[in-house]
Amino acid sequence: MFEWLFREEHQIFRKSVRRFLEKEIAPHVAEWERQRALPRSVFRRFGEMGFLGLAVPEPAGGAGADPVAEAIFYEELGRYGTGGVAGSVGYHAGCALPLVASYGGTELKERYLQPSLLGEQLGGLALSEPESGSEPGKIRTVARRDGEGYRITGVKKFVTNGDRADWLCVSARIEGQDEVNLFLVDTRAAGVGPKRSLRTLGWRAAGLAEVEMHDVAVPASHLLGGEGQGEAILGQFAPREQLMLALFCIGLADAALEETIAYSKQRKQFNRTLNQFQVLQHKMVDMAVEREKARHLAYRAVYLLQQGQEAVTVISMAKAYAGEMIKQVTDAGVQIHGGMGYMMETPIQRYWRDARALSIAGGTTQSVREKLAERLQLTGN
Amino acid sequence: MPYPPYFTEEHDAFREEIRHFFATEVAPYAPQWEEQGYFPLSILRRMGELGYLGLSYPVEVGGRGGDYFMSVVMAEEKARCGAGGFGMAIAVQTDMATPPIYQFGTPEQIERFLKPAIRGEKLACLGITEPNHGSDVQSIETRAYRDGDEWVINGSKLYITNGPRADFITLVARTSDAPGYKGISLFLVELDRPGVSVAKVLDKVGMRSSDTAELVFDNVRVPHENLLGEEGKGFYQIMWELQGERVISAAGSVGSAQYAFELACSYAQGRAVAGKPLIRNQVIRHMLAEMATEIEAVRQMVYATAYRFARKEATPWEISMAKLAASQLAHKVIDQTLQIHGGNGYTMDYPVERMWRDSRLPRIGAGTDEIMKEIIAKGLHIIER
Repeated sequence: MFEWLFREEHQIFRKSVRRFLEKEIAPHVAEWERQRALPRSVFRRFGEMGFLGLAVPEPAGGAGADPVAEAIFYEELGRYGTGGVAGSVGYHAGCALPLVASYGGTELKERYLQPSLLGEQLGGLALSEPESGSEPGKIRTVARRDGEGYRITGVKKFVTNGDRADWLCVSARIEGQDEVNLFLVDTRAAGVGPKRSLRTLGWRAAGLAEVEMHDVAVPASHLLGGEGQGEAILGQFAPREQLMLALFCIGLADAALEETIAYSKQRKQFNRTLNQFQVLQHKMVDMAVEREKARHLAYRAVYLLQQGQEAVTVISMAKAYAGEMIKQVTDAGVQIHGGMGYMMETPIQRYWRDARALSIAGGTTQSVREKLAERLQLTGN
Repeated sequence: MPYPPYFTEEHDAFREEIRHFFATEVAPYAPQWEEQGYFPLSILRRMGELGYLGLSYPVEVGGRGGDYFMSVVMAEEKARCGAGGFGMAIAVQTDMATPPIYQFGTPEQIERFLKPAIRGEKLACLGITEPNHGSDVQSIETRAYRDGDEWVINGSKLYITNGPRADFITLVARTSDAPGYKGISLFLVELDRPGVSVAKVLDKVGMRSSDTAELVFDNVRVPHENLLGEEGKGFYQIMWELQGERVISAAGSVGSAQYAFELACSYAQGRAVAGKPLIRNQVIRHMLAEMATEIEAVRQMVYATAYRFARKEATPWEISMAKLAASQLAHKVIDQTLQIHGGNGYTMDYPVERMWRDSRLPRIGAGTDEIMKEIIAKGLHIIER
């Protein structure tokens, strides 16, 4: 399947990713979700497997994987890393690390990127604020000049890995200016905190937190890119995050459908197994079709990236569609599980709760549509 | 405002009273009850004292003697208390486990079981579902066999709201080997009888302020006086019970949809995104307009069904329509409310995510959406020519 996209080495890679996730991750996600924690040793294992460097070019110490291999990783993560494991690993490896690799200087790469590739350090993105979400108007986090460096004050919300990250990519305005800047903030620096863990509907092991910064000293070398370049950099990186989330949706949909089919073949009612009811058969068919529609959009985007072509529009469409698809698919999965779908011991409810984040994180479906309206040149005359 | 033919000034006055009660004596504690997995029995007693557990029961049995729409008001207002589980648990007490006692019970059973339940002194639960039989009620396996002037009960029941702490259960059991629905009867079983055990307290994804049990009955003996209604008529009796359960569930769903809509409007009015209040987005305004329209349509359907139900005119299929429509409406509206709240809606800082988890259950419990459609198809004689 999908030979137009996956070569043999990709199939082999997928098998190795699956083997690792099935054996070392999937059996523990329920427990990690209960604890709302992800042991650091798990990140080190991802690092040992080379999975944390997929989005980082080889010269910067990464695996320099092609977009297809990266996509495979996110898809499988979405499938096996439920309860927030996918988000935690994904925002570290798929968002924070490539940002630093692309825009950080040598010092940052040595002190933060290298250990993070090994899973010895953890990074994250701190962009959203309590007053601004999908479309930051004017962010309130401010960096005042302090000698050669800066001092940052502000509050960031919905920070994946916020409770555990050693460093965060923080968006802030420089005092007196409107433009957005990106800084690497070491969370161990004085003035970082309190970190308020957010209790969430799903993604509970992802360490989502609200992080305060009070006059935190940030050296000049921690500016990512140049002053005022933050919006451009984030604009360039947003599709990366969106595609990762779209691929999470597809992997998660696979997991949901597989669980649901298996349950329907085993649970009996009215003297037959559930999969013998026509209505439920069609429901599962619809789940499969919806998943395929999202998959094709996402894979098309991956193909374009692989070809070195621009893919922003297709990625946005994939994110918008997949985020809604995964809600439908997991909802149907819960329904077919009946009362068991409402029990914490049944995986489908976790997929259903995780799914709900995917039409909000990385841009709500509504804000993605807003941007698409512009990209499709629907607005204006 | 009076709303003929459903709500009079009396209902309005009660609505104000009960809204105040839920806002002051329940809502502030709801997060804690959700956290600990049960509500305190003291609130049950309190509600009993205030007459809230017997609104539509006659004064002779300790009720308030109100009409059915008093219960509808209660169901709508209860949905605003922030803890769907607690609301569901109270509904079991008032509209599921006890109505069969009033309808089919002897004066002695009314004395022993119904009156204390209305006073809030005894917690009731209803036992239909089993591990192997959910939708397929007539195949239940819990067995009661006659032994002199006692019945001996063996079996297990699953998803029993209030089960872990209930004083008694209105239990559906098979009393003869007559096939299907013919051999079923109802019993009232005190849960402190030897042989009764709570096999498990269930860990649910929502409705967490309500504790739920898997109950096991191991040679539990009850006197013949505990048989409720006529032997062998249990299936009809429980089908009768399910109608009232479904109407009240539908009323509660309308209440939660309405509450969610209000939360959505208020959030959209207050929250600025990209420099302007959310409400300034046409798409958001239209989302809210659609929500309001669907709520209104289902509300009218539920009120009209409740009206006919109170007059004993409502058919099972129209009740199933109301339950189906209302359950789906509530979850859909709450889902949209969550979306309007964005990332905040995903956190427990706001009540929406709990309402989202809670509102998922009515599409499964008290008869799944699919079973509702089966009943509707049968009722509309769709398969006949």
